[in-house]
Amino acid sequence: MVIDQHKMQSLSDRMVEHEVKGRSPWADARKRFLRNKAAMLGLTILVLVAIFAAIGGQFAQWSNEELDFAVMGQVAQAGQPSIASGHYFGTDNLGRDLYARVVQGTQVSLMVGVVGAAIAVIVGTLYGATAGYVGGRTDQLMMRTVDILMSIPYMFVLILLLVMFGRSMSMLFLGIGLISWLDMSRIVRGQTLSLKNREFIEAARATGVPGWKIIIRHIVPNLLGVVAVYATLLVPLMILTESFISFLGLGVQEPLTSWGALISEGAGTMNYGTLWQLAFPLFFFVVTLFGFFFVGDGLRDALDPKDR
Amino acid sequence: MSLLKIRDLSVRFQTNDAEVRAVNDVNLDVAPGETLGIVGESGSGKSQLSFALMGLLAKNGRATGSVTFDGQEILNAPPKVLNRIRAEKIAMIFQDPMTSLNPYMRVSDQMAEVLTLHKGMSKRQAVAEAVAMLDAVKIPDAKGRVRLYPHEFSGGMRQRVMIAMALLCRPSLLIADEPTTALDVTVQAQIMTLLADLQREFGMAMILITHDLGVVAGSCERVAVMYGGRIRETGPVGPLFAEAAHPYTQGLLDAIPRVDQDEDELRAIPGQPPNMSRPPKGCAFAPRCPYRRPDCDVVDPPLEGFAPDRMRACLAPVPEVLDRRIATTQQKETLA
Amino acid sequence: MSDLLNVRDLRVTFQIRREGDMPWAKPRELHAVSGVDFTLKPGETLGVVGESGCGKSTLARALIGLAPATGRAEWIDGKDLLAMTPRQMMRYRSDIQMVFQDPLASLNPRMTVGQIIAEPLRTHRPGLRAFEVKERVKAMMEKVGLLPNQINRYPHEFSGGQCQRIGIARALIVEPKLIICDEPVSALDVSIQAQVINLLIRLQKELGLALVFIAHDLSVVKHISDRVMVLYLGKVMETGPVAALYDDPQHPYTQALLSAVPVPDPKVQTARTIVPLTGDLPSPMAPPSGCVFRTRCPRATDRCAAEVPALMGNDHATACHFPGPLTEAEIARARGEAA
Repeated sequence: MVIDQHKMQSLSDRMVEHEVKGRSPWADARKRFLRNKAAMLGLTILVLVAIFAAIGGQFAQWSNEELDFAVMGQVAQAGQPSIASGHYFGTDNLGRDLYARVVQGTQVSLMVGVVGAAIAVIVGTLYGATAGYVGGRTDQLMMRTVDILMSIPYMFVLILLLVMFGRSMSMLFLGIGLISWLDMSRIVRGQTLSLKNREFIEAARATGVPGWKIIIRHIVPNLLGVVAVYATLLVPLMILTESFISFLGLGVQEPLTSWGALISEGAGTMNYGTLWQLAFPLFFFVVTLFGFFFVGDGLRDALDPKDR
Repeated sequence: MSLLKIRDLSVRFQTNDAEVRAVNDVNLDVAPGETLGIVGESGSGKSQLSFALMGLLAKNGRATGSVTFDGQEILNAPPKVLNRIRAEKIAMIFQDPMTSLNPYMRVSDQMAEVLTLHKGMSKRQAVAEAVAMLDAVKIPDAKGRVRLYPHEFSGGMRQRVMIAMALLCRPSLLIADEPTTALDVTVQAQIMTLLADLQREFGMAMILITHDLGVVAGSCERVAVMYGGRIRETGPVGPLFAEAAHPYTQGLLDAIPRVDQDEDELRAIPGQPPNMSRPPKGCAFAPRCPYRRPDCDVVDPPLEGFAPDRMRACLAPVPEVLDRRIATTQQKETLA
Repeated sequence: MSDLLNVRDLRVTFQIRREGDMPWAKPRELHAVSGVDFTLKPGETLGVVGESGCGKSTLARALIGLAPATGRAEWIDGKDLLAMTPRQMMRYRSDIQMVFQDPLASLNPRMTVGQIIAEPLRTHRPGLRAFEVKERVKAMMEKVGLLPNQINRYPHEFSGGQCQRIGIARALIVEPKLIICDEPVSALDVSIQAQVINLLIRLQKELGLALVFIAHDLSVVKHISDRVMVLYLGKVMETGPVAALYDDPQHPYTQALLSAVPVPDPKVQTARTIVPLTGDLPSPMAPPSGCVFRTRCPRATDRCAAEVPALMGNDHATACHFPGPLTEAEIARARGEAA
């Protein structure tokens, strides 16, 4: 009998002890992301740049502080990029090895970008989610604070900070961290407001799940898509900010350097015919930014398939 | 002589993962002035069928077969021909009126635009005609309200504005895709009455696409029941409702509670609707069908006539289905 | 038998801030639910019907503490649910659970079915160990007709009907006494709708649950309810046992509503007389004086504008100055106005 067969089938389905594995929304997104060629190219670039920053120093023939007296004074002629002299990327105007300095600059720039974005993600997400979920006066107060902080010309404050307390890495992180989370908190709050009225949040509230658990368990995981996309776009923004400050001459202190500082130097000596001093840092800078933008676009398409 | 003739219409969608077969080999005729109901659940292909007729399929969709309107082939016709036909001969109304109304334009301007473009009227004439049409759909104080923006009308009134807009060029066929699904019952009753009146007045044919069998019972002459992209049963509304000869039609009728009767237990259709990117090999309804026989999993039965004007696509003999005994026994077994 | 829930004069008022108002301007008040009374016995089903904007969803949210409400809602033990602090309320939250309208939206897309169903359990029975929770979740999945081995799947892998079963399982896992169903089947296809209705009825009988069943579909409410309450603009128009209310509706609004429900039978449907309602639903910000329905009522007189009708009657009660079936002449007049 057909019906009996059907019943036996369903019975045997029920008897199956092993549990069927679910396909989480994250797994779906990962699949879409891996299929996106531009995003994979971007990711490859970023991985290569990160590897360069991590172990590039091992292959340097010169340290980033050492002056090569052989090329000093005739950098335009003798300081060109060459394998033989050990200056793969040439030297800078003082005869320092540009390869070693680019490795070091990459480390600083990536660190600034990632730390800045991380502060934004952690502080911004929690701040925005709390303001959005609690709502009412608390929300008003928290968001007006953000408005006030935003209305302060941050570049001015940052420069003031660096001038007053001296130029140091920690001061730079502090300055960038102070401003980076503002936008993030606004975005997250907006998303939280639309999530808050979804029925699954109501279901949790009706059951009596405490507020902070709702934020952690229900709101934040559903925000992570937006946050991840915004964070990947925030990293290059942080790098740009740092570069701008360094370009002004207020960034990291010698002998440390960053992409911005290197580009600034390179731009200044362009007229002497030492174009490589600009070309190498600029290449890394541009390629990395493109990488982040491609990955960010890919993430957005992967996490929000309805948008396409 | 039929107004609209659909032959072997199929619609396929190409998605990333698979090909979705939304509509399969549909044959239908609509006579002038007739009301045809197309009934089906979500995913049955009823809306895609109408989109294909109107040339409104999404980019990844392809329609094959033939659709002739007044003897002219309109399926996959060039945009110029389609635009002309859509504006003057076939009109369509939707569940959400805002899909066909521009929120940033006054109703008068939107309606006048259609008339000046297709009928060559002057702006003045066109606005006068628009007011007349709003009167015809029974919008009180049409003259005063024609200058309003769409959002200034209530839900039911907006639906009327959309209907007025669709009827401006006096089409000979109106396709109504779930026109009352978003409305309250009292408003729904008003709109259905209005549509019936207008249809009589203008002598147009109507295709009413809906999931609500009650709405069909009240306003259609003929019905086509769709499931899994195919028509499973067609016939005049009276006999089809009285003696549903396809297990799916019967199942639907048994599954809805009625306000005018008391029923002990609803006979639910077990299982879930088919996934049309991986349709079952045989009849799409077979996995949920109480009258299933071994052949059903292999053969997708064609639509065949079994009584005057009536057709169905099923392998189970008509008397067996009409008898209902098997279905009721199965119902009892699943409950036990 | 004593009442499980006794609601008296329940009111929900929202403060609506007009656009462009300064933050400190006094907001206007919207009475979403104004003065609803009802009682519910254990194991009984109360159907709540009305059109959009009548306050039926707000009523549901008020009962479960999601909307700010005033009045009295006395639980079976004599305690007033509306007067409790959140901490006191916690004990009762597992007694009242809710099933939502949109099956997919009511489930967190980032959680597995097992986690979703277990959430109320983890909140209210923190002492349970992980394997006990899992066992109970699996048993509950079996009970609502889901395969227990699907426990690690995510909501998007299920169809609408199955998602609603997950929602029902989540509501039942803490063994509540009352379930509030807010349009639980209106987002589902006809064939699936019947499955869920049958499931709810079966579970109700098995577990002795009381249901508050909110829907706009009068046929579904008729099928599932013992008693029915008709709402219009936040007020009760008519309430009574299901048979009395459907066979002998007294309030003109109930009559209009019932006449508009389409019947899937061409013979019956084409022969029915529909009582048309004239005009639009008034704005809840500025409800009509007296009887809120009078602006659309074919029987309204001056008295209806001056005096608010009280809900009169014992078992089958009507809030109307002139209850009784509409006459041919009144229906004809309503027709004339609608045309």
